[in-house]
Amino acid sequence: MALVLTEEQSMLRDSARGLISDKAPVSHLRQLRDSKDETGFSRELWTTFAEMGFSGLLVPEQFGGSGLGAVEAGIVMEEIGRTLMPSPFLATSVLAASALLRGGSEAQKSQHLPGIADGSLLAALAVDEGAKHRPLQTSMQAVRSGNGFKLNGDKALVVDGHTTDLLIVAARTAGSAEEKNGVTLFLVDPKAKGIATERTIMIDSHNAARIVFDSVEVNADSVLGEVDQGYPLLEGVLNVGRGAVASEMVGLSEEVFGRTVAYLKERKQFGKAIGEFQALQHRAAQLYIDIEITRAAVLKALQALDADAANAGSAVSVAKARAGTTATLAVQEGVQMHGGMGMTDQFDIGFFMKRARVCQELFGDSNFHADQLARAKGY
Amino acid sequence: MADLEKFRSETRAWLEQNCPPEMRKPMTSDDTFWGGRNAKFSSDPQRVWFERMRDKGWTVPHWPKEYGGGGLDGEEVKIVRQEMAAIGARQPLTSFGISMLGPALLKYGTEAQKKEHLPKITAGLIRWCQGYSEPNAGSDLASLQTRAESDGDDFIINGQKIWTSYANYADWIFCLVRTDPTAKKHDGISFILFDMTSTGVSTKPILLISGYSPFCETFFDNVRVPKSHVVGTINRGWDVAKYLLQHERAMISGMGERGVGRPLGQIAADSIGADEQGRLDDAVLRSQIATFEVDEAALAAAAERAVDLAKAGQAHPAFSSAMKYYGTELNKRRYEILMSAGGIDALEWESERSRGGARPRAWLRTKANSIEGGTSEVMLGIVAKRILDLPGA
Repeated sequence: MALVLTEEQSMLRDSARGLISDKAPVSHLRQLRDSKDETGFSRELWTTFAEMGFSGLLVPEQFGGSGLGAVEAGIVMEEIGRTLMPSPFLATSVLAASALLRGGSEAQKSQHLPGIADGSLLAALAVDEGAKHRPLQTSMQAVRSGNGFKLNGDKALVVDGHTTDLLIVAARTAGSAEEKNGVTLFLVDPKAKGIATERTIMIDSHNAARIVFDSVEVNADSVLGEVDQGYPLLEGVLNVGRGAVASEMVGLSEEVFGRTVAYLKERKQFGKAIGEFQALQHRAAQLYIDIEITRAAVLKALQALDADAANAGSAVSVAKARAGTTATLAVQEGVQMHGGMGMTDQFDIGFFMKRARVCQELFGDSNFHADQLARAKGY
Repeated sequence: MADLEKFRSETRAWLEQNCPPEMRKPMTSDDTFWGGRNAKFSSDPQRVWFERMRDKGWTVPHWPKEYGGGGLDGEEVKIVRQEMAAIGARQPLTSFGISMLGPALLKYGTEAQKKEHLPKITAGLIRWCQGYSEPNAGSDLASLQTRAESDGDDFIINGQKIWTSYANYADWIFCLVRTDPTAKKHDGISFILFDMTSTGVSTKPILLISGYSPFCETFFDNVRVPKSHVVGTINRGWDVAKYLLQHERAMISGMGERGVGRPLGQIAADSIGADEQGRLDDAVLRSQIATFEVDEAALAAAAERAVDLAKAGQAHPAFSSAMKYYGTELNKRRYEILMSAGGIDALEWESERSRGGARPRAWLRTKANSIEGGTSEVMLGIVAKRILDLPGA
């Protein structure tokens, strides 16, 4: 398959860009932050997202969605990255929809997917526990109890955790840390007894929560996929999420870069545009090249996910690792080249730096994914 | 789509039947077949493989059939490359005629020039070299001073070129000469072809830090060349030169054995060792290698995308400079890692054990990658100016 967008995909990009740049420029995020908005995103905008078919992008048509794939989800995420729009799209439309699609029974799909597609159901994935993303080290306990299970443990960095209608939780039904066997995914009602949710205000002003599970009872029907065999399912879902976050970082990097190059042409010092200085020209050119190469790696990974290719996991690791280092460089050069202005809160560039830092950590940073690639290659 | 799948299975079957097993092993530099009047095959399988591919038109699958190419379109060429890579099939013919002169002739040459030269390239009959750089014209290539003075239907050429790759083995040269010394530097240059056996041409190999002499000084002393050998318009040779450079840069960015053979980390583990979990016993080197392999895989995707963008008519003409920059810097990184992985063993220069110091010599060779065909600094300048449109670049 050619590593360029098809005509339909370009049209999707244009309509996502039109909507997002119009309704949710960076000032939208700033306004939510400054007003200490309790939801952390605009429900009105989410309704528009649903009307345009974005919320159900990955949901099959029989459940009211568009039945599209990871490439299309990446296209929307990239546009979200350009304006840093806070949106349930990642947690609900990408992660939860993928989890239900890949692991859900017919009953679970029928129950939840239409709500995702029409925008009425919000969902969140609870995986991380420690300071770093280490899904294999999942230690939250799910012990058999009566007809179901009892959940005990802590989860962190649950995106949209405080606004969700449905939690998807990774827990251990057997085995211990570093073992693939014994991980199980559960669908959990966030209002269930024993759940304590703390919204954590993050550096990037995007939604996240810490959730404590204290003897939370779930029945057997709440198991997503198979008991003890949830790890491959979780990896598959995480990989779609990683591809999506990598896409967000491509959009973020390109936007920061565009703003920075514009500034190089406009800002004058020593009687000329600072973009005339070779020291800055070469750094700008290097960053441009980095972004272009990362863009290709990300598209390659998204296509591999859609093709269910054997090497999709490695392609995703390459994409997420590259996107993380590229975005980190883009925001640092962005602030540096904007000089003192880049350090001010009034200027938008700092928002991009903060979001890039969070995107790095989400579902494994560049180091994690380089290490994954090394393991896959047998060293 | 169905046609392409059929083409893929036919290609696979043909390669399976026609590519000798010996030609499916990784190449060393001695195994490259360059063609030319004095070409010799290093083995019989090499000859058989070359002849079969030549007869199929697949020494240059994307050129038109009338010039000895395969007449394949972009998707088909991609399939041939993929299927060749899948079995590790070697390039049957390597030549600057294919990677540099050919594209320029196809765009700027007369029909007579194409008919004369392209079939001899695809058939491996003529080996070409490139006369671009001069002692005083490196990064500032357009300041070149080799003169071509009009004498009736001919030019008389005098001057000196340098860094002429394999000039001592080449049959013909494509050369930049100054045909109008009074014009501005970019406007008085012509692109001309001539036989290296012409009276007045001489070459002298340059010994490099690798101990090899892949480059020459090339001297022209009253070399007489018909004006009909100019490609494109007289005094407009810079257009041809720049167009050719785009292809040269694309070729150089593709140099290096990307993603084939054993992963670098395993090569390192062979000499350094691994812990009980199979991880390379040098944690810092392991992370350098992993980061390198991330970048290498990303560049491979970018190279694939560059071809697809070109096909879709969405490519920026200066993008080959971006790829050249990144690809050459990456290849230098690869060899720094290989040297570190080899440790003391990689320091031997002459022993049989080290195959005559193959690795350190290759390591030193890569240092030229970011100089030849335009330095990394020139590439960044081109990106800044032509793609980013930065002022005064």
